[in-house]
Amino acid sequence: MVYSRILGTGSYLPANVVTNAMLAERVETSDEWIVSRTGIHARHIAADDQKTSDLALYAAREAIADAGLAPEDIDLIIVATTTPDMVFPSTACLLQEKLGVHGCPAFDVQAVCAGFMYALVTANNYIKAGMAKKALVVGAEIISRILDWDDRRTCVLFGDGAGAVVLGASDEPGIEHACMAADGRYNKILNTPAQISGGKIQGLPFLNMDGPAVFKFAVKALSEIATTTLAQAGVAQEQVDWLVPHQANLRIIESTAKHLGLPMSRVVVTLPTHGNTSAASIPLALDHAVRDGRIRRGQRVLLEGIGGGFAWGAVLLTF
Amino acid sequence: MENIEQRVKKIVAEQLGVNEAEVKTESSFVDDLGADSLDTVELVMALEEEFECEIPDEEAEKITTVQQAINYVSAHLSK
Repeated sequence: MVYSRILGTGSYLPANVVTNAMLAERVETSDEWIVSRTGIHARHIAADDQKTSDLALYAAREAIADAGLAPEDIDLIIVATTTPDMVFPSTACLLQEKLGVHGCPAFDVQAVCAGFMYALVTANNYIKAGMAKKALVVGAEIISRILDWDDRRTCVLFGDGAGAVVLGASDEPGIEHACMAADGRYNKILNTPAQISGGKIQGLPFLNMDGPAVFKFAVKALSEIATTTLAQAGVAQEQVDWLVPHQANLRIIESTAKHLGLPMSRVVVTLPTHGNTSAASIPLALDHAVRDGRIRRGQRVLLEGIGGGFAWGAVLLTF
Repeated sequence: MENIEQRVKKIVAEQLGVNEAEVKTESSFVDDLGADSLDTVELVMALEEEFECEIPDEEAEKITTVQQAINYVSAHLSK
């Protein structure tokens, strides 16, 4: 039986930090309002000349080096992003060029904030099917470019960044179990409906969200899928060393942890300084917790993410 | 067994982090008990859990006081 396990992790955050106080100069809001409702204090914003593939490149190089590999060892590249460099080709192909390699399959996965979950599970299945041995899986976003910076309900919530893992074939897991889900009936409560047509942008090119509806759906869906994942894997809550949730809102994270019966001391939270980096948030949080020594080899980690679609999923793994 | 009013008040106090004595039937979640928009969503979810019912969003929006919560639960409680 072939399994996949994480061989290395990496991440990147743009240098420019935007604090709540800085946002309060632009829109009618306050540090207190943002912190009490979201838990976010600051976020990183990409420079004007940076592309999503540039952020992905930094994170990818770090993950490949951490795995003790070279770019040419990679035989599959999957990038999860909602904010690709361009309509086409895929950000994964642009990243492949920047990594200086060619030939291996490369494609993007679009599942918004759940994108990394979808990409990771896809790479896992490639490896289990014998179609890849060293997969690079990246979540990268410049979500700041689809934010309406005059909309105080949404612009305070997000940040830019990238996170990556190298997934390698292994005789033992690794990834133990995954559950994925989507429900397109909820597409309207979180979306960016614009499209390019006839040389023009048609429809709203900004992120649009019904906050309370998203909050309620997210807590329910995440609690359910995390519980199901553990039950199907035959793993009890006490056996989970770390929960690495999508970093959207501290109150969603707290509520989900509470439903799962996990104390916040076993939950990785990077939201206060990263904001919601969409598909990048889970690999970013994972990399930070690995590098600061919290997550160690042999520990059990539950990843869970949810985003527009709605699409969501959870992955249980031994690091 | 506590009655519906006591159970609702207990959940309201727990969710909004206020003393149960402060929770009156006429209390408004936002105006009297300091709830914000997410608190009210969490409160509805806690009520759904406690009383094992589904409160549709358009109904949930109308529940702004303790009395309205008690009324809703009393009318929809599964026997």
